[in-house]
Amino acid sequence: MTQQPVIQSQNLNHYFGSGKLRKQVLFDINIKISAGEIVIMTGPSGSGKTTLLTLMGGLRSAQSGSLVVLGKELSGISNTGLVKARRSNGYIFQAHNLHGSLTALENVQMGLEVHGLFDKKARHQKAAEMLEQVGLGDRIHYLPSGLSGGQKQRVAIARALVSRPKIVLADEPTAALDKKSGRDVVNIMHDLAKDQGCTILLVTHDNRILDIADRIVYMEDGRLSKPPAASAAAKVDKVATP
Amino acid sequence: MLGFLNASKRFRALRDRTPLGLLQLKHDRLRLLTAIAGITFADVLIFMQLGFADALFTSNTQYPRAIQADLVLISPQAKNFSNLRTFPKRRLYQALDVPGVATADAVNIGSKVWRNPQTREKSSLMMVGQNPDRAAFNLPEINQQIERTRLPDSFLFDQAARGDYEEMIAEVQQTGTAQTEIGVRTVTVTGLFTVGASFGDDGALITTNQNFFRHFPNRDAGTINLGMINVEPGHDILSVQADLIKHLPGDIQVLTQEGYVDFELNEIQSNSPIGFVFSLGSAMGFIVGIVIVYQVLSTDVNSHLSEYATFKAMGYRNSYLLGIVFEEAIILSICGFIPSLAVGIGIYSLTSAATSLPMAMTVGRAIVVFVLTVVMCGASGAIATQKLQSADPADIFS
Ligand SMILES: Nc1ncnc2c1ncn2[C@@H]1O[C@H](COP(=O)(O)OP(=O)(O)OP(=O)(O)O)[C@@H](O)[C@H]1O
Ligand SMILES: [Mg+2]
Repeated sequence: MTQQPVIQSQNLNHYFGSGKLRKQVLFDINIKISAGEIVIMTGPSGSGKTTLLTLMGGLRSAQSGSLVVLGKELSGISNTGLVKARRSNGYIFQAHNLHGSLTALENVQMGLEVHGLFDKKARHQKAAEMLEQVGLGDRIHYLPSGLSGGQKQRVAIARALVSRPKIVLADEPTAALDKKSGRDVVNIMHDLAKDQGCTILLVTHDNRILDIADRIVYMEDGRLSKPPAASAAAKVDKVATP
Repeated sequence: MLGFLNASKRFRALRDRTPLGLLQLKHDRLRLLTAIAGITFADVLIFMQLGFADALFTSNTQYPRAIQADLVLISPQAKNFSNLRTFPKRRLYQALDVPGVATADAVNIGSKVWRNPQTREKSSLMMVGQNPDRAAFNLPEINQQIERTRLPDSFLFDQAARGDYEEMIAEVQQTGTAQTEIGVRTVTVTGLFTVGASFGDDGALITTNQNFFRHFPNRDAGTINLGMINVEPGHDILSVQADLIKHLPGDIQVLTQEGYVDFELNEIQSNSPIGFVFSLGSAMGFIVGIVIVYQVLSTDVNSHLSEYATFKAMGYRNSYLLGIVFEEAIILSICGFIPSLAVGIGIYSLTSAATSLPMAMTVGRAIVVFVLTVVMCGASGAIATQKLQSADPADIFS
């Protein structure tokens, strides 16, 4: 079964700053991620993981090399193209970033409103179902201030997944959570993604959640490399090469 | 047809849209109240300035507006109705020689200090003398009683004058006359009418030209303040005006009735500092409003930057965020305007009761102030949206 990869990069480089201050943070990134795969990316702080994720999510524009996401070349894309590209993936941040004036339900339906496909009633119904699935069916009318950290992150996941995106990009989604809620959140992501058949790329420092991955990639100094022995040893049989 | 479908689709999308601006405003009640109070304050300020300015314009042009003549003669040095300067009465007779001129009459205006018979306080009244055979003003109340001014020292008195005149008014109403003094002369008030005070005078007395000159013995009886010309039917007013200008010497201005009213308005607006002060006051209110609304909106944008960045990361366009800010601006302008309208109406009626100045809320002025409010909030919103540029999803989360 040869499947078209949903994310594919070739010789992707990225620089911050300009002139004398120009600094390269990504070097010749080559990665292929197939549909339905759950990929975890680890690596030391400052190695460029977030930068790569923001490029894939269309949050910033790729500068050199090639980055094809869902068949669309993001390198050198126009600003409007970038905004459109953002709509095809669900982005989960380390901070939940829920809108404080909106209830859980309203926050989640914002993930649908951006597509302009459903009317208000349909949006609210789908959002309620989604919240049900992340175990917050009884909290749909709560404001974020009335929810715990784990619950807020679950709302954020519901918001990212409610539009059934092909790709979910998650940047340390469990960093602000305790062990148990971190585990819950990851399990929910895993189950929902398997349900919807979407591809997940998850950046984490949390070794306890590596087991949900189909594949683990390691980033160091802006380059993808083999994981160091310590973390690889535990998971070596899990690291599948499709 | 397609356009219509498109429009209705857009309307549905608009109605279906989550009212984020409204929700954000409702979420922070204190901020909302501050904003509303600020806009209300600014609007009340504007209402007061416009109200006073309008009262000034109306009250100082009530008699000019009411003059019933086709053409008006005044001196080229004339400033305004209560300071018209004089010109020779002979010009009236000369005017009668011009074909098409039917009548030419004199009106005299002067300021007189009299003693309020009730409070014994001095106050300044405008005295107007007219030809009792041809009423100068289109004011039926005065014209019905014009015969009562023919007797020596007989006057009609403006019962809407500033000051306490209840006793005298009651006396006139019961007995038909009341006595009081102007200077050393005893005068009789033989009738009442209602016009209202102006900024310059507390009220007015109407009488004949003859009576007028009795009270201004120092004035040259061969001069008058204003000439009223009526044109014979069938003659064009403008061409008679042109003929008069040609026929009369240069020490006279010939204006149409509307031209004369414009002359009065223009003089108040441009030559009196009061007109400028009121414009300045309105502008101040407007600026105060912009500053307050800008403060509120930019604080609001600032405190939602990471949420906005998240929306951008989800694929919302910049225009969606602009929409939120402008939605807030519109809501604020409506919520701030309505209480100011109520306060404005209250202040107008209080002021007109206390000062006898004609002040009333007109639909036109309410609309003008509402439009100003929307512009004020929109402008503040536009400045506040500049901060949206810093809601960059890539920079906020790395
Ligand atoms: N907006 C920016 N401007 C300039 N340099 C930046 C910017 N964002 C990141 N960098 C730099 O790029 C490098 C990679 O940063 P990045 O945030 O991608 O690392 P990371 O792997 O996500 O680290 P962490 O695990 O701490 O989140 C770092 O050296 C960082 O200082
Ligand atoms: Mg990072």
